[in-house]
Amino acid sequence: MNSVILQLASKYVRGLLIIFSVIMLVRGHNLPGGGFIGGLLAGLSLAYKGFAFTQDIVEKEMKVRPEYFMVIGLVLVFASLWPGLLLEGTLMQGVWFTIPFPFTEGYKFGTPFLFDIGVYFVVIGVTVLFLFSLSEKN
Amino acid sequence: MITLILLIFSLAFVLFLLPRKLKGYQAIFISFLLLAVFGWLAGKIKLVSAGSTESEAVDWLPQLGLNIGFLLDGLSLSFALLVSGIGVLVFLYAHSYMKSYEGTTKFFFYLLLFSGSMLGLVLSSNLIQLFVFWEFTTILSFFLISFFHEKEESRKAAFQSLVITFVGGLAMLAGILLLGSQVGSYELNDWIAGAGTIKQSKLYLPGLLLILGGVFTKSAQFPFHFWLPGAMQAPAPVSAYLHSATMVKAGVFLLMRLSPVLGGTPEWTSIVPMIGVLTMLIGSYFAITQTDLKAILAYTTINALGVLVLLLGINTAPSVKAAVLFLFIHAFYKASLFMVAGFIEKKTGTRDLNRLGGLMKSFPITFVITLLALLSMAGLPPMLGFLGKELIYEAKVQSPGFASLIFIFGFISNVFMFAVAMRILFKVFFGKPVNSFSVPINKKFFFVFGPGLLILLSLILGLSPNLLGKEIIEPAATVVFAQKVNVELALWHGFNLVLLLSAITVVVGSVLSYVLIKNRSVEEKWDRLNKRLFPVNLPHVFTRLIESFVTLSKRKTQFLQHGYHRYYILTVVVFTAALLWLQLILTRGWDFTLSLTLQPFYISGLLLVIVIATVYTTITSSRTRAIISMGVVGYGIALLFLYYSAVDLAITQILSETLIVVMFVLILQRLPFFAQLSRKSSKLRDLAIALVFGGAMTVVSLMAINVNFSSPISEFFMANSYKKAFGENVVNVILVDFRALDTMGEVTVLVIAAMGVAALFKSKTLKK
Repeated sequence: MNSVILQLASKYVRGLLIIFSVIMLVRGHNLPGGGFIGGLLAGLSLAYKGFAFTQDIVEKEMKVRPEYFMVIGLVLVFASLWPGLLLEGTLMQGVWFTIPFPFTEGYKFGTPFLFDIGVYFVVIGVTVLFLFSLSEKN
Repeated sequence: MITLILLIFSLAFVLFLLPRKLKGYQAIFISFLLLAVFGWLAGKIKLVSAGSTESEAVDWLPQLGLNIGFLLDGLSLSFALLVSGIGVLVFLYAHSYMKSYEGTTKFFFYLLLFSGSMLGLVLSSNLIQLFVFWEFTTILSFFLISFFHEKEESRKAAFQSLVITFVGGLAMLAGILLLGSQVGSYELNDWIAGAGTIKQSKLYLPGLLLILGGVFTKSAQFPFHFWLPGAMQAPAPVSAYLHSATMVKAGVFLLMRLSPVLGGTPEWTSIVPMIGVLTMLIGSYFAITQTDLKAILAYTTINALGVLVLLLGINTAPSVKAAVLFLFIHAFYKASLFMVAGFIEKKTGTRDLNRLGGLMKSFPITFVITLLALLSMAGLPPMLGFLGKELIYEAKVQSPGFASLIFIFGFISNVFMFAVAMRILFKVFFGKPVNSFSVPINKKFFFVFGPGLLILLSLILGLSPNLLGKEIIEPAATVVFAQKVNVELALWHGFNLVLLLSAITVVVGSVLSYVLIKNRSVEEKWDRLNKRLFPVNLPHVFTRLIESFVTLSKRKTQFLQHGYHRYYILTVVVFTAALLWLQLILTRGWDFTLSLTLQPFYISGLLLVIVIATVYTTITSSRTRAIISMGVVGYGIALLFLYYSAVDLAITQILSETLIVVMFVLILQRLPFFAQLSRKSSKLRDLAIALVFGGAMTVVSLMAINVNFSSPISEFFMANSYKKAFGENVVNVILVDFRALDTMGEVTVLVIAAMGVAALFKSKTLKK
């Protein structure tokens, strides 16, 4: 598609979508959102740019191959299983600790969140890989 | 013992890490390792012969009652001594033998793994674990037989032995499971304690037959014996180690192990000796007309295995004693004969009896070794083999049941064995020298060291047999017979019936061998006669069987795997719908209550939009419109989720719907243009299927509303989401915490699917 409006908009919308996806990921444990939704949003931001220009350009501009996202995601997912075994004695048991943050109660961080980040990356990787594969010229 | 097995298995992998300079000495290292094992085992002889046992156990899957357990008693000790002791000599021998071949590291890797598996097999006290080691040996035997994999016969023989022993192994597993269900355990101790229960249960006979299936295939009993001569394609060390001294004895070992549990019943004492006798006869009979040196040895091995099975089938104190003794005798002389055969083949380039001759002058030491080994095989004094033969005759005479028949057949088989031994001796070492020695062999020492030591042992033990008798044979026989067995061995028994029999055997055997050696045409005529008498070529039958099986599965695959994606989906949908309807009709739970309301009106309106969009999707002829209206359906459903306050679901639905539309649009570019998408008849068929499937799904969801389980799990999630998992968003907590295992699986599947999609597109571009 060759629309100037769309192309111009994509520049800002894409950034916004990615920031939004991170927000979705972070707040996911207590409010609607989460790794899956965040990942889909981030993947869609790339699709959006692909429609504004072509997918080839997106693929060229992307510095990290989508396969790496999938690998990083899976590593995070599997890494999050072990702290429970080491600290609590059961595999996949959630382990939580609070990162102190001035003027607040502190930020709670736990292995389920790590797991969610892994899901986030996997979903980004898979979505982008699908889009790239489908749009490849033959 | 667990550390021992683990050590062997891990050291096998270290072989690949050895620096190049040390690679030439890997066999020496391994033989030192096995020597240490042998020494450790030998240190336990005193302990075991005093009647105590040693066992180790680790929980493996306690939920299933499976433990990793090892047991060192009289029986396992004697087998373990054989495996490690002969292993030492075989590795030394292989050090010289394998010099000229490529891929020796792989070879020694397999062979060492085999040693470990075999030790694990004989030391196992849990039958499932025993089965695992049993299969290890099968697989390793496959790799070792096919070591010369460039040759087609090697590959064929390896495949044959693999299939036969593997099928037998599976039968054995089934038997173990059947009988294990009777006592509720797979521990050997529990089986022995529950022997009465097992013998009286209805499953005894099927279980016994299945286990015997494993035993008979592994130990090359009739009618599965034919894989063993084929296995002679393997290098000589493998033949000496696996296919004569140890692996083929695994079946015999299992018979011995289970004889206190399964033995002594009428079924046992009729089936086992019958097969044993047949195998014994077939082995000795076919050994006599073979011309390939290794084939002769293979058939004599079959004969020996038949004798062992027969003796265990008779199941009396003398027969068990004879079996354990014969185990050692056979391992000693057969391993050394195979090693000598390998040496002769290396040196002369042939192992055809008719192309060998007059080797006595060139190889005096080898000649002496072979002579003594053949004496032991023929059962002549002063070798240990003589003792064995006497004991076996004694056991046969005293056997209950068909003593006279067993006795006559045993006599015939012994005559043949004597003739075979004489034939090898005269054909290879006497007569005119016909060979030129083109292949120089250095390091002759290791070629004669192994067989020489074994034969020396055989001679010494023949002269003073009680070195072996009290300490090793007696504890082992006691374990097998489950009662105290007294073993008093002596070379000289005095003049009795058994000695007379031996004498007659020698006389008749000499006549037979004289005729055979003197006149080659007799041998050829006999061979031709055999071919006419026994026209069924078992290896050929086996190949035909496998071929027809392959054809059958090809046809089946072509029918089921036609390659049309739409028909795959059709099959899945039709079967799902059929099963759903079947279950619905069977349960007859039609009492769902419908409470249709049109309130609030915007939801009714939304539903109407969804229905219209659905119908439009199916009737429109434009692809783009169909996809867009499908998107409308998806977004409509997302709105429904939102109305029922499932925010997470709604967000996910919207996002994935968007992505699906995007991907469909991308796919559309690639599709070809059809004038007509599908015929009217197939459209009608699809409509019918869709209606049936949709109807099933509708009824199921209507019923699901009314089904109430005792307490929905959602209550637990709601109650514990914040308390235990520190999350207020229950959906997310379920995904990443309560049901994280599911999510992990899904994520992994997603990645695999993505890889598949990428690979498909990549391969398509590659082709062009």
